[in-house]
Amino acid sequence: MDIDNANQTAANRLMEARPILKSVATARDVIPGMEDNLFLHAGPPIEWARMSGPLRGAIIGAMLFEGIAKSDAEATSMVERGEVEFDSCHHHGAVGPMAGVISASMKVYMVENVEHGNKSFSNLNEGYGKVLRYGAYSDDVLKKLRWMNDVLGTALADALAQSNGIDLRALIAEALHMGDEGHNRNKAGSLIYLKLISPLIAKVVKNDAVESEVLQFIGDNALSVLNPVMAACKAMTDAAHGVDGSTLVTTMARNGTDFGIRVSGLGEKQWFTAPAEIPVGLFFSGFSQDDANPDIGDSSITETAGIGAFAMATAPAIVTFVGGTPKDAMNATLEMYEITFAESKFFTMPSLDFRGTPTGIDLRKVVELGITPRINTGIAHKNAGVGQVGAGLVRPPLKIFEDALVAFAEKYNL
Amino acid sequence: MNVTKFEVRRGAYYDSVVLMQLQRGLIGLPGVLDAGVVMATPANRDLLAANNLLPDSITASPDDLLIVVKAQSDSSASDAINQVESLLAKKRSSISQDFHPRSLSGAAKQLPESSWVLISVPGRYAAGVAREALDLNKHVFLYSDNVSLEDEIALKITAREKGLLVMGPDCGTAIINGIGLGFANRVRRGSIGVVGASGTGLQAVTTHIHNLGKGISHAIGTGGRDLKSEVGAITAHQALDLLARDPETKAIMLISKPPSPDVATDLISAAQVTGKPVIVYFIGYPPPARKIGNLQFAISLSEAAEFAVKAGDQTLRIETIEKSPISSLYVRGLFSGGTLAYETLLGLQASLSPIYSNVPITDSQLLKDPFHSECHTIIDLGDEFFMVGRLHPMLDNDLRIRRLKQEAADPEVGLILFDVVLGEGSHPDPASELVPVVQEVHEQRNEIEFVAIVIGTDEDPQNTQLQIDQLKENGVIVFRTASEAVEYISLRFGAGSKNEFTLINLEQLKQPLAAINVGLESFYESLTLQGAQAVHVDWRPPAGGNEKLASLLARMKK
Repeated sequence: MDIDNANQTAANRLMEARPILKSVATARDVIPGMEDNLFLHAGPPIEWARMSGPLRGAIIGAMLFEGIAKSDAEATSMVERGEVEFDSCHHHGAVGPMAGVISASMKVYMVENVEHGNKSFSNLNEGYGKVLRYGAYSDDVLKKLRWMNDVLGTALADALAQSNGIDLRALIAEALHMGDEGHNRNKAGSLIYLKLISPLIAKVVKNDAVESEVLQFIGDNALSVLNPVMAACKAMTDAAHGVDGSTLVTTMARNGTDFGIRVSGLGEKQWFTAPAEIPVGLFFSGFSQDDANPDIGDSSITETAGIGAFAMATAPAIVTFVGGTPKDAMNATLEMYEITFAESKFFTMPSLDFRGTPTGIDLRKVVELGITPRINTGIAHKNAGVGQVGAGLVRPPLKIFEDALVAFAEKYNL
Repeated sequence: MNVTKFEVRRGAYYDSVVLMQLQRGLIGLPGVLDAGVVMATPANRDLLAANNLLPDSITASPDDLLIVVKAQSDSSASDAINQVESLLAKKRSSISQDFHPRSLSGAAKQLPESSWVLISVPGRYAAGVAREALDLNKHVFLYSDNVSLEDEIALKITAREKGLLVMGPDCGTAIINGIGLGFANRVRRGSIGVVGASGTGLQAVTTHIHNLGKGISHAIGTGGRDLKSEVGAITAHQALDLLARDPETKAIMLISKPPSPDVATDLISAAQVTGKPVIVYFIGYPPPARKIGNLQFAISLSEAAEFAVKAGDQTLRIETIEKSPISSLYVRGLFSGGTLAYETLLGLQASLSPIYSNVPITDSQLLKDPFHSECHTIIDLGDEFFMVGRLHPMLDNDLRIRRLKQEAADPEVGLILFDVVLGEGSHPDPASELVPVVQEVHEQRNEIEFVAIVIGTDEDPQNTQLQIDQLKENGVIVFRTASEAVEYISLRFGAGSKNEFTLINLEQLKQPLAAINVGLESFYESLTLQGAQAVHVDWRPPAGGNEKLASLLARMKK
């Protein structure tokens, strides 16, 4: 068998995927397998009993948002009676930051990989402060969610309907040249997004006050583009999944309890999991390492696709996360070349002479060298609803890569 | 009133760059007039004293960090001292390490111009790393020992096919393009190239050459087992060829612990066709002669160095022979003098193989049937085996004449060597009996060469000059010593070695040395100190030493 060939195929599919942000629509209308009582969440599948605080909070919030429960107590007892179902976003072509909860009525971004035809989805980004993705579900959180769904979501949907879509691969490539790494820093990408979407919104929103409110919301949130970017990365990595004989990692995701990966040449729902680690990083004033929840969110799909921490060399503004100097940032990216199969054809870094970002994590290299992927991440408070307490760096447990290697060898009789 | 305050931090080591930055940071603080931050070595303390910064009452050892602040006031001095920690923390974080990749392929990407990989990882991993280096088309300096002979052979065969060198395993020393690899002395560059199967031997000769005022072009280590039969001196042959082709190299030295005889023969043959003076010192191997054509045989490391220095200095006169070589044929030596036979055998065994004799030096050279020559053969016809019921061949040429005819009838024979020992008691006119045989043979086979070693003086009763003249007139090549004859025959037969390997790229070797170091970090440091470009691999055993995973990975390599 020729693993290198298979990996080349998978890496090419990943790089050549061309994710276009096509539309905003209601989840139940577009996400495959979406049901009214189904709640998608970040990371590998997990049952309620093992869910961490932020994820539980987000699910309660989503149930309140859907109106199927009137209070958190009712929501909890419904869950315990088994009246709702959970599944990993990844089983439905979806991704979400932090808790990553997506419910049937939520508006979602729809990204189409026009090269290979697969579609991916992500929810709308809520911005900072108390937000559902960190497990908050107070009235103001739900109020904002409703506004996002009704006003922002509608405006985006109408705006995108006016266009042929937004080329996210080009957007990411440009943002990487403007100091973003596409995961923890999306300032530049969000502004590019604002630039592209503004004229469209101006066309479709008739009410000046609403138009202003919508544009303000998108512009104020330096993470506005994170969710479309994540969906783009999901479309790319899904295109690379299912290549027979490939050892490339096509998913890295965390649900706040477990860290899980999937591998291209292994099963669609074959996860390798181990307890998620607590990220190390810098904390907002008043918070410390003790407040941090174990690693959570699907945003590590960015690293899986070759940006985020892998593109650290191009984001000197956030070097404090990795040690403090631009050289540390450079070293972070150089380290990731050690475990990747390819260098991106489209995402390049000026500081490395326009070298392509490290792309396509090769299971074999991770195990051989004992270097696990770096992931830039926001840090959630361990209690539901408190929100983000910091940002930093985390790595998946080495064990899940070793387990995947053994499973790969078994499947292919090596 | 100026105040000087100090603090001693026991056993706190900091890099001098950090300390200089700290010092600068302290001087920049309000009220501070001067500051000194040093490891308290005697030299550094002297330096502080010279700047009036060394307090009298100080006890500090070289391992201690000494911080001295001279300020306008007591409080300024104290404040400054109190800020040391935060200044240090700031400086510490601003000094970032160069990236050390953990894989060879990562290092190769980081330094694509690297053409060498130095390997000093534990032996059981070394062959794997070396194989990876060869896959990346890099030469290998393999310092690691405990590499199996099978691995060594396999690595060297691969390297030879690819035109790459594997120096080692257990190769301690090399100098490539003026850069020392492993343990190497700082010697000037020059025109002497060295091939050495012994690390300290290489160090000894290269330093001696330097001390004699000359320098080294390249010194190529082979590892101690290269000259064993199993390996067949693959690396030494490649190195010899490389130095032969290198225009910077004017003289070559070949040094080894005792080589296998067959390997030594091949190597000496190869040395003969380099077209350059080659000084050979095979420790414990009997030198076949002091000089054979372009080869000089030394009897010690220092003598080898001295020979090389002289050879590099002057254009050494190299015997060349116009006639086309007869390397596909055999030599047969028919001696009346036992010692002459032995000396000739000793000389020829270095370059002719296989060679047999009824008076062998090694058991493997024993001729099965003294009456029938095989391959190259040296016969002592004065041996008592032939003497039963006969006169000694110095008196009676009958046996020798019959044997001469017998050898000449063998189509594989190209040269017949014999001695003519004159003097009291010997045959009164041996030429008169030998010349007709030569004539008779030449009537049948004109191409057969006859070589004679004539031992005698102008006062001998046979008239030595007349004997020589008669032989020469009939086409016999005459020498007066065995060593001259050995040299001539070696050159006639030894020139057949041909390159059966992919040539090593000489141009690439001339580029400034760039290398990847896997293993001992001190080798990396020494490379960078010498100004070579280098990347150090932060190597770990594959899969963290987990053998099950490592063997899975080995099966998943491609």
